[in-house]
Amino acid sequence: MKSSASNTYFLQGNEACVEAAVIAGCRFFAGYPISPANEIAERMSTLLPKVDGIFMQMEDELASINAIMGASWAGKKTMTATSGPGFSLMQETIGWAFMTETPCVIVDVQRVGPGTGQATKCAQGDVMQSRWGTHGDYSAIALSPNSVQEMFELTIRAFNLAEKYRTPVILLTDETIAHLREQVTIPPLENIRIINRKKPEAEDKAFFGLEEVAPMPAIGEGFNVAVTASTHDEYGVRFTADPSVHTRIVRNINDKIRNHADDIADVESYNIDNCQVGIVSYGCTSRAVHEAVEEAERKGIETGYVRLKTVWPFPEKAVKRLAQAAKKLIVPEMNLGQIFYEVKRAACSAEVIPINKIGGGELIAPEEILAEIERGNP
Amino acid sequence: MQNRIEIKIGGHGGQGVVLAGQILGKAAVFDGKNALQTQTYGAEARGSLARSEVIISDGKIGFPAVRKCDILLAMNQKSLDAHFKNLKENGVLIVDSSNVESIPEIKARIFRVPATEIARKEFGEILYANIVMLGALTRITNLVNKESLEKAIRDSVSERTLGANLNAYRKGLHTKFET
Repeated sequence: MKSSASNTYFLQGNEACVEAAVIAGCRFFAGYPISPANEIAERMSTLLPKVDGIFMQMEDELASINAIMGASWAGKKTMTATSGPGFSLMQETIGWAFMTETPCVIVDVQRVGPGTGQATKCAQGDVMQSRWGTHGDYSAIALSPNSVQEMFELTIRAFNLAEKYRTPVILLTDETIAHLREQVTIPPLENIRIINRKKPEAEDKAFFGLEEVAPMPAIGEGFNVAVTASTHDEYGVRFTADPSVHTRIVRNINDKIRNHADDIADVESYNIDNCQVGIVSYGCTSRAVHEAVEEAERKGIETGYVRLKTVWPFPEKAVKRLAQAAKKLIVPEMNLGQIFYEVKRAACSAEVIPINKIGGGELIAPEEILAEIERGNP
Repeated sequence: MQNRIEIKIGGHGGQGVVLAGQILGKAAVFDGKNALQTQTYGAEARGSLARSEVIISDGKIGFPAVRKCDILLAMNQKSLDAHFKNLKENGVLIVDSSNVESIPEIKARIFRVPATEIARKEFGEILYANIVMLGALTRITNLVNKESLEKAIRDSVSERTLGANLNAYRKGLHTKFET
């Protein structure tokens, strides 16, 4: 729906994600139903055929993630969407994507786990899984939207980062943001920056593990390319016993992310240099922070915050800066402590206090954060 | 936080409380305000308790959950029993009096609208009761512009049911309600 203000819509987070994906150039989606991610597949199934794209409902999550790998090597921008149980099933192939440098976007709408947990109830328990879910050495990118508007913006960014760095990107959202309806402003298409993967020149032969992100041919374009997740050299030839080949490729697929952490890591920050108390939050939990900070300031407590729009790579510099000013950092999360340890590592001498809530999907309320801000601050 | 108004709509699955919330949120956006809508319902599509929450504000809407609501729309007795304690003192309570027999002793401005009865009588379909309730809500509270709500209905329902929905809305706007 369109409002009187031009290009403003009242959409659900999952719907805004689909609108953005299609604008970003996504033309292939494969998925398997799971709540609270279903609306993404549903809307994809109606939108993609209109833009000459392909929607496939697969038999399970393994098939879904493998299908988007194949489609990515066929030259398409691809996406799948799932929740915790499905995200767990996809992990092996996500590793395949890191090793073969296959761009794709994986949406994980977090719900209460572990296991089947509480379907459709909000949680933030997959933060570490989005960083370390598959085996081996790799550097993940995970983005964390906190509004329907950001579901739109960060989905575009997820595709752009996937294409720029030739890597899987995880849109780590949660039930609250995915099911929320809010107004979204979609800018004129010519104002939206879209990045496409680098294509090879006719004479190129090296497509993997280069120091700069390697060009990516599509199957059918006439290049001689073998794609394997076994250790391979820059031409895709398997070398499963040579430590130097392995070191070189794995270092390069990590360095292309790590060396650009400042380009990727994005935060919203407020009053970080002058606060007594700092808050580090992300996703749904961050929605309570604004109100808590406003109230704390009314009571005369200088409060600042860093909100992680990028969870991985962890925005260490911003958190460090906050920790230098604040004596105390508060980390509210709907899990039993995940980003908390990253904050602690970055915070040096500042005291770091977790606020944790799990089960039932009930959000951490502004009052709970405020109580922690006030503790020890008469 | 400025002028933040929180509305809770409760009923059982199938009464259209989610759609009612979406329409109300859209109407507020048409009015140029910020709006947010959330919903919860049981695993069953029909029969279990369903709830839709709408927050409307001139400013930024941070926390997306309703704690104490300013307005409660109760489409049946069970929802009223479940939610009346969340209504602010002197808040607005609008009940579908066709489905609500006893209203607890609370300090509130109470309005009884026989929405289901009206829907059955006028359209032969009780499922238009949610839109009758939206009409009554608009008349009682002026929460959103009359025209914006009509526009939001046009934007939200199928062409086949549009006529009946618009009539239901007008019925709600003009119906007499007991206070």
